[in-house]
Amino acid sequence: MKHTISMTINGAPVTAEVDSRLLLVHFIRENLDLTGTHIGCDTSNCGACTILLDGKSIKSCTYLAVRADGAEITTIEGLAAEGTNHPLQQAFHDQHGLHCGFCTPGMIMRSVDLLKNNPNPTEEEIRWGISGNLCRCTGYNNIVKSVQQAAKEMQSESESV
Amino acid sequence: MFKCKTSAEVGGMGHSVKRKEDARFLHGKGNYVDDVKLPGQLTMVMVRSPYAYAKIKSINKEKALAIPGVLAVITGEDLAQYNLHWMPTLLSDTQMVLPTDTVMHQSQEVCAVIATDRYVAVDGAEAVEVDYEPMQAIVDPFKALDDDAPLLRPDKEGQEDNQIYHWERGDRAKTDEVIANADVVVKERIYLPRIHVASIETCGCVASYDKDTQKLLVYLTTQAPHAIRTVVALVAGHVGLSEEKIRIISPDIGGGFGGKVPVYPAYVVAIAATFLIGKPVKWIEDRSENLVNGFARDYHMDCELAATKEGKIQAFKVSTLADHGYTDSSANPSKYPTGMFSICTGSYDYEHAFAELDAVYTNKAPGGVAYRCSFRVTEAVHAIERMVDKLAAKIEKDPALLRLENFIKKEQFPYDSPLGWSYDSGDYEATLKKAMDMIGYDNYKKEQAEKRAQGKLMGIGICTFTEVVGAGPSKDFDILGIAMFDSAEIRVHPTGKALARFGTKSQGQGHETTYAQILAEELGIPYTDIEIDEGDTDTAPYGLGTYASRSTPTAGAAAAIAARKLRDKGKKIAAHLLEVSEEDIEWEVGKYFVKGAPEKSKTIQDVAFAAYTNIPPGMEPGFEATHYYDPPNLTFPNGAYICVVEVEQETGAIDVKRFVAIDDCGNIINPMIVEGQVHGGLTQGIAPAMYEGIEYDDEGNVLNGTLMDYLVPTAVESPHWETGHTITPSPHHPLGAKGVAESPTVGAPPAIANAIIDALAPLGIKHLDIPITPAKVWEAIQAHS
Repeated sequence: MKHTISMTINGAPVTAEVDSRLLLVHFIRENLDLTGTHIGCDTSNCGACTILLDGKSIKSCTYLAVRADGAEITTIEGLAAEGTNHPLQQAFHDQHGLHCGFCTPGMIMRSVDLLKNNPNPTEEEIRWGISGNLCRCTGYNNIVKSVQQAAKEMQSESESV
Repeated sequence: MFKCKTSAEVGGMGHSVKRKEDARFLHGKGNYVDDVKLPGQLTMVMVRSPYAYAKIKSINKEKALAIPGVLAVITGEDLAQYNLHWMPTLLSDTQMVLPTDTVMHQSQEVCAVIATDRYVAVDGAEAVEVDYEPMQAIVDPFKALDDDAPLLRPDKEGQEDNQIYHWERGDRAKTDEVIANADVVVKERIYLPRIHVASIETCGCVASYDKDTQKLLVYLTTQAPHAIRTVVALVAGHVGLSEEKIRIISPDIGGGFGGKVPVYPAYVVAIAATFLIGKPVKWIEDRSENLVNGFARDYHMDCELAATKEGKIQAFKVSTLADHGYTDSSANPSKYPTGMFSICTGSYDYEHAFAELDAVYTNKAPGGVAYRCSFRVTEAVHAIERMVDKLAAKIEKDPALLRLENFIKKEQFPYDSPLGWSYDSGDYEATLKKAMDMIGYDNYKKEQAEKRAQGKLMGIGICTFTEVVGAGPSKDFDILGIAMFDSAEIRVHPTGKALARFGTKSQGQGHETTYAQILAEELGIPYTDIEIDEGDTDTAPYGLGTYASRSTPTAGAAAAIAARKLRDKGKKIAAHLLEVSEEDIEWEVGKYFVKGAPEKSKTIQDVAFAAYTNIPPGMEPGFEATHYYDPPNLTFPNGAYICVVEVEQETGAIDVKRFVAIDDCGNIINPMIVEGQVHGGLTQGIAPAMYEGIEYDDEGNVLNGTLMDYLVPTAVESPHWETGHTITPSPHHPLGAKGVAESPTVGAPPAIANAIIDALAPLGIKHLDIPITPAKVWEAIQAHS
């Protein structure tokens, strides 16, 4: 059965006709060609598909596209203006928080939500906060450091506003 | 310590420059196989066997083909018409592409459904009706060798039992004699369980055949694109796929770790499908398919270590049973069916050793991949490092002291090991002492004594490993007969910027940065002015790919030597420009100058421009060089890892308090990247030590085939890693470098196992196989109290 859905993706309105069973991650990747959101498992364990839906991080591989009707969605492609870095993108680069890059978009989108709710997390809070996202390359040390750098950067940004 | 020869702007060796490849990954612009979308692309989904061992009585495609959008169902019978239903493995065994009559392991590919999109293809796969007649699977590899065990591979001519091969190295008689007469002998059966690489990106491909041009293009998750091209030409040449018409592109790879070296059956089916249908066909493995197909380790090792009563090691013997599943598809060099397992004598100086191995068939998935380890080094190191600790426990000697007393000494290199390796360099004593200083070993020993007096369980575990990486000298190492050299091709453009291409393929190791740094070191061109390209067989020079820590030892060396060829040519051009003879020209990073008159100089960029604009008479124009590097020996990275744990007696919970890893990988190209590689390898070391292991029931069903059940460590399970280095350059590598990224995967499991077992020693527990889970610890504590 087909449904017409509308949502905002990375600031742009989108309307499409989709099957009831279409997963949001496939809608984003295949219908919209935003391939920065990845698929790494089928049990919502790995978090590679993490996006922001109405400001909250969700795993888009276990979310039906129809359920996102009316939502505001941000993917890795929409996190910062082209040619610029969000503080988390900059921090992952500075701290060598990525190797193969496959988990990176999900890890960053999860961290955006983490820092929104806890702007100054401890190392333990970061580790628990990203524990729904798997990385097989980095051993997490430098991901933790990346989130710490971004937290510091974003706090000083918000103080200076 | 290594001293940088270049400025930070040039960014040669030793500089922690930030990675050049990061930008696309950080902005969602990486291009992985599943991101490839070709016009008219179809999707393929595999139907897989629910049984570990069964006859296929029939496959009914009708209901599947009746679904709108399902275009084809391809079976083994269909492929048999083209003689494509079987394929050779890298070790001269045979593997089914699709079965015609029997399935040999759970989740084996049974047939393929091709449809217009993934959802329809999955519907089609559900609608295929397969009638099976299940048979009793052989799951236990020891039972596979029983006289009454059914013959699993009657298809193989001359195969009379389930043994695949017997292999041995060393002097059995002499080793047995030394063991029989030794003061002290420790024995243990050590099992390294079947595990999976579980890269976050699974495997997949997009295969596209053009019937008009007869060209085949395959985007593939492969660590070795050139080798794959040759394999495809060899396997499918008879249907008209000719090597010059085959192009393999390995785009961005989401983690490899050895799991993306093999040729998986579905790749071949996708190629067959596009060949038959004439439209692009995409296959992307799902996670459950990924975890239950392919594997690493699965060695049962009976070990004996003999020593004097003072603790001088005299002999080591290990007899191994290797479970290969239904075919030997180990991705090993062809003369090394057990890989580099004979590195099992370790970092210690003694004369006598013997290693033997029997490989057997069972009804399990094939694989035998070199999971972040240079072909069975993890198994070898675990065996010797556990046994050295057992010896220390038996003679009640500090395991650090026992190691220090038995190490091969710095002045003994190059050192010929009892099983035939020539270790290139190392300073094992300095490395271990650095680790002991960094963690505060003596203080922990005191703390442990105090805790034990209070009845608390605290353990300190050491591993001092020697790795063997960088295959390899082509006289010994080949894959399907192709020598294991590697290559670099450098083009310096007229404006002094460069493009360099390699036969390897990064999967996260940072080649786009580190190769540029090697060239910056050798040519003085800033690393930011050098683009690195890999993975496209139409453009890259032939090479055997990236695995077994071979990129820096082989392609890295090729880059250095190709750059030196350019420097030689540049010297002639500089002499021409400066109007002096070539003998009067000297080189320092980035420029040529006249001997005794350093103010008269030309930069490498001046020389590059002249190579296209002002060529010396008689010289070939252009500024390009290529080198194919055949290493004279492997490199032998080594390290000393120390782990401190506490175990809660009531629950068996294990807390890793500290983990210090000191690595010696020779000269370092980029310390930031090396440290990152070590962190990642350590987490892939704690994974099998404490969490991971593929489990089967008696019917051959995989019990933990999803990431819900197969516990890949998260940030919570991963300790805060502490790292450091000693630097003993490789004497034979042009840059003095060695491989590094596999050392931590090899070294961490025994350090962690030794620490946990040391914690449990006061209870009388002498050995536990990994993964050492809280449940396993709790059971052991109950059994010993």
